[in-house]
Amino acid sequence: MDIPEVKRVSAVKRDHLARLAKEGKRPDGRGPDEYRPIKIERNVIKKAEGSARVKIGNTMVLAGIKLEVGEPYPDSPEEGAMSTSAELPPLASPEFEPGPPKPDAIELARVVDRGIRESKYIQLDKLCIEPGEKVWIVFIDLHVLDYDGNLFDACSLAASAALQKAVIPNERYGFGDNEPLPVTSPPVSCTFVKYEDFIVVDPNLDEEQIAQARFTVALDKNGDIRAMQKGLKGSFTIDEIKNNIKRAQIHAQKIRKLLEE
Amino acid sequence: MLIKDGVRVDGRKPDELRPIKIEAGVLYRADGSCYLEWGGNKIMAAVYGPREALPRHIQDPTKAIVNARYNMASFSVEERKRPGPDRRSTEISKVTSEALESVIFTELFPRTTIDVCIEVLDAEAGTRCAGITAAAVALADAGIPMRDLPVACAAGKIDGTVVLDLSSDEDKEGEADLPVAIAPRNEEILLLQMDGHLTYKEFEEALDLAIKGCKEVAKLQRKALLNKYKTFEVE
Repeated sequence: MDIPEVKRVSAVKRDHLARLAKEGKRPDGRGPDEYRPIKIERNVIKKAEGSARVKIGNTMVLAGIKLEVGEPYPDSPEEGAMSTSAELPPLASPEFEPGPPKPDAIELARVVDRGIRESKYIQLDKLCIEPGEKVWIVFIDLHVLDYDGNLFDACSLAASAALQKAVIPNERYGFGDNEPLPVTSPPVSCTFVKYEDFIVVDPNLDEEQIAQARFTVALDKNGDIRAMQKGLKGSFTIDEIKNNIKRAQIHAQKIRKLLEE
Repeated sequence: MLIKDGVRVDGRKPDELRPIKIEAGVLYRADGSCYLEWGGNKIMAAVYGPREALPRHIQDPTKAIVNARYNMASFSVEERKRPGPDRRSTEISKVTSEALESVIFTELFPRTTIDVCIEVLDAEAGTRCAGITAAAVALADAGIPMRDLPVACAAGKIDGTVVLDLSSDEDKEGEADLPVAIAPRNEEILLLQMDGHLTYKEFEEALDLAIKGCKEVAKLQRKALLNKYKTFEVE
């Protein structure tokens, strides 16, 4: 099935949001640089090697980590591998349909993957079992449970939190005792949308549906940039992009504290 | 050895359920929802509808379509499961849809679908029963008119003894598994499956036990629904 060109948003709602935007206000009363409350719970799934449930406002996602033994890629025979996928099951929103991952879900998984990969959060060089033969493959599965906007940040945060306390399942494979998955410091992702020339962080569903452009940046602990993604059909000016990154650096520090608690 | 002196490996008596926790109305977007923990199972169920059935050619002009989708998260099992439906989950979705449809007044909502999403987030034997039990609570939470609140529970046989609600070890090593869903008011059977080996007498015993289990779980379903709505009490 085709992806709907225009998401269904009523003219009344669109006008209401536009009017608020002109006054610098948002539909739920937040300021342009205000996240909704964030809640992180770890180790919620017993069968997974690591897991985390993250809520940002009404948005809720679950990240589960599984490790399997597999063959390394030929160009990195002494390194483990990672794979990220996202499911947008019809449970999470009246608009989600069953079926194989659609472009939206694939983009989401790839953006989360890039933040983790490029910040070298998982120490893949420590996941080799037999060079060229056997390595650990880390599967990061993102399961969206309730969709009220900003899946990029919720999924990235859930993945980071789940990996932080994940274990290598040595016992299951007869390799000895389980041990913690070797990780460094996590990437933190920050997402903005633009509508009516108003740029806000952590968009809720209403804002996302009328957004003309979206921007996500993943930052490491030094505030350096590890991954970016501009989405949707509208555009940002160069100054807007630069400003988004500076705003993200402030948000990322606060969110990082939640991960370190 | 799965049972010794009437005590099972996890310490339960033959007719004892695993611990169950049910919460109604936990999701923001869904019309009705339920989170359920049953032993090591964690299930999230959501209901959307009745809503227009699309594409239009699937519409039934006489009644609503009940469309349940059972899905396991890839991290819910020991060996990672590839995302998406397989033959097992397709069958479970089908029998679940049929079990739920038999209690819903579908004729009130022609040309619509009632979509029931069951996500297994953590799995430890008995997920289909847990899924149906959670789905029933989500349907009630969505305000779908039903002639009863369906409920499911399994009985089985381990080391020659008929027992209630098999754990994962008992399911693997045991001799039979009998999942049953009922409408508890009149004990109509809405779902029944079985695999393994039972004599007719053992079947009678297992069915009795499963129904007894269902009725116990039914109390917890009602409690969960009352819990959600008690905050709306008026003086």
